[in-house]
Amino acid sequence: MTTRQFGAPVQRREDPRLLTGGGRYLDDLGHTAYEAAFVRSPYAHARILEIDTDAAVDVDGVIAIYTHEDLPGAVGEPLPVLIPHPALTAARTGYPLAKGEVNHVGEAVVMVVATNRYVAEDAVDRIVVRYEQLPPVVGIENAREAAHLVHEDAPGNVSAHLVQEVGDVTSAMAGAPHTLTLELDIERSACMPMEGKGVYARWNSDDESLRVYSSTQTSTGVRACVAAKLDLPLAKVECIAPDVGGGFGVKIMHPWPEEVLVPWASRNLDHDVKWTEDRREHFISSAHERGQLQEVTVGFDDEGRMLALDVRFWHDNGAYTPYGIIVPIITATQLLGPYKPGSYRVEFFSLYTNTVLVTPYRGAGRPQGCFAMERTMDAIAAHLGIDRAEVRSRNFIQPDEMPYDHGLMFQDGRPLKYDSGDFPASLAKLKELVGWDDFADYRAQAEAEGRKVGLGIGCYVEGTGVGPYEGGHIQIETNGRVNVATGLTTQGQGHQTSLAQIVADELGVPIENVHVTTGDTRRMAYAVGTFASRAAVMSGNAVALAAKVVRAKALRIAADALEVSPEDLEIEDGVISVKGAPGSSIDLGTIAVMSNPLRYAFDEAAKKATQFAGTFDVEKPPIGDDDEPGLEGQDFYSPTQATFANGMHAAIVETDPVTAEIRILRYCVVHDCGNMINPLIVEGQVHGGVAQGVGGALYERMVYDESGQLLNASFMDFLMPYASEVPFIETDHLETPSPLNPLGIKGAGEAGTIPVTAVIASAIEDAEGFPITSMPISPPELWALRRAHARKDAS
Amino acid sequence: MPDTTTSSPISTTTSAVTAADLLADEMHDVTVTVNGVARSARVPARRLLSDFLRHDLRLTGTHVGCEHGVCGACTVLVDGSPTRACLMFAVQAQRHEITTVEGLGSTPETMNHVQRAFAECHGLQCGFCTPGFVTTITAYLEDHDDPTEDEARELISGNLCRCTGYQNIIKSVLRAAEIKREEITRDEGGRA
Repeated sequence: MTTRQFGAPVQRREDPRLLTGGGRYLDDLGHTAYEAAFVRSPYAHARILEIDTDAAVDVDGVIAIYTHEDLPGAVGEPLPVLIPHPALTAARTGYPLAKGEVNHVGEAVVMVVATNRYVAEDAVDRIVVRYEQLPPVVGIENAREAAHLVHEDAPGNVSAHLVQEVGDVTSAMAGAPHTLTLELDIERSACMPMEGKGVYARWNSDDESLRVYSSTQTSTGVRACVAAKLDLPLAKVECIAPDVGGGFGVKIMHPWPEEVLVPWASRNLDHDVKWTEDRREHFISSAHERGQLQEVTVGFDDEGRMLALDVRFWHDNGAYTPYGIIVPIITATQLLGPYKPGSYRVEFFSLYTNTVLVTPYRGAGRPQGCFAMERTMDAIAAHLGIDRAEVRSRNFIQPDEMPYDHGLMFQDGRPLKYDSGDFPASLAKLKELVGWDDFADYRAQAEAEGRKVGLGIGCYVEGTGVGPYEGGHIQIETNGRVNVATGLTTQGQGHQTSLAQIVADELGVPIENVHVTTGDTRRMAYAVGTFASRAAVMSGNAVALAAKVVRAKALRIAADALEVSPEDLEIEDGVISVKGAPGSSIDLGTIAVMSNPLRYAFDEAAKKATQFAGTFDVEKPPIGDDDEPGLEGQDFYSPTQATFANGMHAAIVETDPVTAEIRILRYCVVHDCGNMINPLIVEGQVHGGVAQGVGGALYERMVYDESGQLLNASFMDFLMPYASEVPFIETDHLETPSPLNPLGIKGAGEAGTIPVTAVIASAIEDAEGFPITSMPISPPELWALRRAHARKDAS
Repeated sequence: MPDTTTSSPISTTTSAVTAADLLADEMHDVTVTVNGVARSARVPARRLLSDFLRHDLRLTGTHVGCEHGVCGACTVLVDGSPTRACLMFAVQAQRHEITTVEGLGSTPETMNHVQRAFAECHGLQCGFCTPGFVTTITAYLEDHDDPTEDEARELISGNLCRCTGYQNIIKSVLRAAEIKREEITRDEGGRA
């Protein structure tokens, strides 16, 4: 009997390889490739006057030095605007190598290719660039003021301005018994995967083809961009994501300048070329996220029910907008969380600054939206003197209101319509888990000991599994091995396990026989990528559909062979047998042999499919009119809209009365991502998400000075949480299936991160008794706030 | 007035090759015992141990996350002690015994107690930081057979992981200690 794999905590099948040094990450490839290094701008905003490479040319081992002038055709043109939007009226992108002007510290100006990275960096050090500095625009206030412009032809530093409104906010606000306004601030952080970016290109001049390996979240996207830039037929370009050491969003952005330049240089030099990003490069030339200023006005009744919500925010998009305005759109729409706002208006300005560009980082605009909404909920509760959980509960969308259409357009250009969720049940679980109703006693006890503690809460809804589609391809070999391919990529999510679980169940084969390949355009050329917590939803359903196709074919062939109807057959442990007559059976490997009529026997099993084996009906063609050889098939999953996961977190923090040190004593998560394929993996995703959230709430910020220098561009200075900073995470799950897809699943990848900043702010506010409006918050900042409030109280 | 600036990390008289450069480029024959085997390569003085292991010996299990000694991904054992391979030159490793993750168990069948515990407890996601944790934990468990949860947390607090939130790594430490104890008991039982 085959055990059902879906829903089981199956140990990850990729782990033994990764644990024994068998992983192959980008820099583990191409040991004999030439290596690239870059001269990057030391200034945030400057005109390039002159580039002198003379001294570098003589460095032993230098192969080539390129500036913008050397880049032909499309390679020298601006990088694409990946996601155009009607509101993105002043989209600007950089060049692979800067053309005349630089707009952030770290922008690539000169490329050096050498026999190895040491030599390439020697040459970089000898290149002299003369700049004329221009006034930099740093920080959202300066961008908004627009005393100086990042791009002369982007007035007001505005790349996009978008207003969405549902209902009549003006009159609802005017009629509201209570109104409150909050001014909020969130700083920049970044994905900061342990492995930076990297590209390795192998041009084959014999057949004029190109193979590109990239540490990317979208190999099909990189492939299409490289083919377009290098003017190559798509069929001559293949792109493979090898093992990828974390992404968290920064690697869905593409093509990075290096993803164009390295393949181009490989063709130009007719030699393998590789670039492996170092940590400083990652800080100053890969993307950041999060930075926003927000202004929220809410109107509500005496019970704390929202009547009108009016939000304006200013989003820092950095120097360029290649990824469009996806992040602020997500903030604007996902801000609503599990609540009904009564009426809603949201307006945002996406602003240029002379800093690294901003593209999605785990949560992608949602942490900021959740912060705005949850700070508002706490403010309403405080204003009316109502319990904070109760205020939330009064504003919840109820289970019987699902599906619930907010009347807004989501990040996929489709309606923001929640498919399912049971928010009251989630809240009840969370209150139980954290001991919400007993907290007053706990606080009193702590106060008696001279300690300050606070309880915080945050709720969110996350649109996951956005389209347009993903595909699955399944091929069964004659030895029964099941090869599964999907085009999106893997950065640690365990797809080789979770997707294998799904296929094993659908096909009725042992999971050990199932082998999953992701992110390889040779195996699946049609795909979108891994982002928006979409892989399990999209590729999970795609491989399930593909498995159904292959299963049907296997049963049809077996039915012919066993002279029964396909309905009378079942598959277990890779063997097809007649129900109730287990003696009459045939294994899938044999079906694979039979599915491919042969002239040549390549092994013992194949003999059965050759032309003199006498195993076929001479009246019929070897392959039927509507059939294809091989036991394989593919299918695509393409939903009409996103599916919406949700969750609620609570934390108890302690703030030191003297030093203002902030310690998280307990962290509780209730999470609902529909049916779980593998609870072990879901749990791991939640843990990791919360840890990144804790970083964003208490430690991580990109510190730019007024000239646009990133002051903390190293792991010494940018504080990411170690084990000593991450609390033990207590979890509970609700499984409200999605009605939108056959497996009933929703995404889980980003969930853990989304509410953490809001939860910690809520808890600190509860401990301290004054509003927390700016995150992340450090002990010195909390200490200063205490002093400011004490002065205010005294006066 | 526009502020015109020449930017170069070194002086504008750039063609001068300094004595330090020459020293750094001087080639050395290096022989290091890696995972019990004497391995030799001819490398420049400035070749990092991490690059030597990865690119000269092709032992790519040792990963490089920051190249400034903070993340711990490149941690190898030098004479049994956890050491950041990005902060050491290959020439400094002569006459020392280096153990990389491959040396702890290079196939699924030969995984050591720590590697097995990580697989059991979902102690890794992308796997990039993992070898540094595995080497560090293996060394610690050599002389700590039953760490507490707090000790396990402290033990791994010098290594960065961006995926797991550390919770399952702590679980893996405790499980690895347990597996090791079981193995010792079994061995002793076998001998008795």
